Amino acid sequence: MKKLVLHHKHVALGAKIVPFAGFEMPVTYEGVNAEHDTVRTSVGIFDVSHMGEFLITGEGALSLIQAVTSNDASKLGDCKIQYSCMPNNEGGIVDDLLVYRVSDIEYMLVVNASNIQKDWDWIAKHNTFGAEMRNISDDYCLFAVQGPKAKEALQDLTPTILTAMDYYTFAIDRFAGVNDVIISATGYTGASGFEIYVQNQDAEKVFDAIMKKGEKYGIKPIGLAARDTLRLEMGYCLYGNDINDTTSPIEAGLSWITKFSKPFVNSDKLKEQKEKGVSRKLVGFELIDRGVPRHDYKIVDASGNEIGVVTSGTMSPTMKKAIGMGYVTKEHSSLNSEIFVQVRDKNLKAKVVSIPFLASAVK
Amino acid sequence: MNFPSELKYTKDHEWIKVEGNVATIGITDFAQKELGDIVYVEIETVGEELAAEVVFGTVEAVKTVSDLFMPVSGKVVTVNDAINNNPELVNSDPYGEGWMIKVEVSNATELAGLLSADDYKKLIGE
Repeated sequence: MKKLVLHHKHVALGAKIVPFAGFEMPVTYEGVNAEHDTVRTSVGIFDVSHMGEFLITGEGALSLIQAVTSNDASKLGDCKIQYSCMPNNEGGIVDDLLVYRVSDIEYMLVVNASNIQKDWDWIAKHNTFGAEMRNISDDYCLFAVQGPKAKEALQDLTPTILTAMDYYTFAIDRFAGVNDVIISATGYTGASGFEIYVQNQDAEKVFDAIMKKGEKYGIKPIGLAARDTLRLEMGYCLYGNDINDTTSPIEAGLSWITKFSKPFVNSDKLKEQKEKGVSRKLVGFELIDRGVPRHDYKIVDASGNEIGVVTSGTMSPTMKKAIGMGYVTKEHSSLNSEIFVQVRDKNLKAKVVSIPFLASAVK
Repeated sequence: MNFPSELKYTKDHEWIKVEGNVATIGITDFAQKELGDIVYVEIETVGEELAAEVVFGTVEAVKTVSDLFMPVSGKVVTVNDAINNNPELVNSDPYGEGWMIKVEVSNATELAGLLSADDYKKLIGE
């Protein structure tokens, strides 16, 4: 089990630590609902240094990325970011990821911690383009600073004009006295904010500076539990829950990042699937009856026939409603369809609703 | 964490307070902390005679769900309505406003098998 570079700091901040994706991770500090509210109303900081980062460089870099990812990375300009996924040959997804273009011959891929080795092997296997690959996951820390006050809290720390940064762009600049920090206008919460990539040796300095500058905005550390409820309110997929090796990006509602403007792994089959239509779809739902849906609970129709499965569920801290996502047969996937979630011995009534569950602060 | 000495406890992290033949039951401070923010307490066993260690309800927290077990055998006579609308009372006041059920104890000899506050603290490593 790996420890975060700032493990001691999280313990001192009162974190409850749990194993996650091979790391000892802070799951809560003061409590999931309070932390969730902090991000929705002011600003919070997450240590998500467990995430993986690969540098892909050289003349073949773009060709390699185009071959393994579903989105069209040729559309990226310098300092632009793209959400994408890596399809496998069996119709599923190896991982979802962010693609950063530093220059036309230098890209950074940000992948899920649980998939670092699998992704590395997969990309390396497809590297017939002579691209150079470097796994820098163990060299960098990543702090997500999220919430409506994130810009104000961070502005004093960098010459980059944060208000001028569009969503899904980044800058490499001086930050908290440290050179070459990656300041990325991204996040996994639907609140506006930034993700800050910093080398391990400067991590504590940067973390402390953010906490200090954020103090007057009420900045608080946020754990994985609230990260999950925040992303779920936005209907963002979580790898391992909502998408995995067996779910197709088309079924998962990720057609928007599946571009057939270029060939990629399994693109022919996915294109056919998109044209013919899929038999099941990932939908959002809210419970009408009282209860809480959870990963792997069955979804049934009014007669009790199994029609799908819950992939994520929670009581939304913002809406105070039980919400979830799950795969259901196409016939039950339209808005307002009545479905039932099996919670223990009962079938609780639910209805299909649009995603995001809550209006996003970013676009 | 707080474990009042006048209460009895179980290994399943419930507390029990006996007055006459009626026992009030809830979950411990340790249990509420481990569960995190509680969002729903489902108890549909009012009027039922349940044996010790049988499930009398379920507590749903944001991140997890856990069964609630009868510390002793008896008939569930009352559910705390307040936690139906305000389940967070279980977090904020587990031994007070966050109580869960009242039970008519059917076999008082079972009470001898419950844990004291000190025994319970040892159990959870306090």
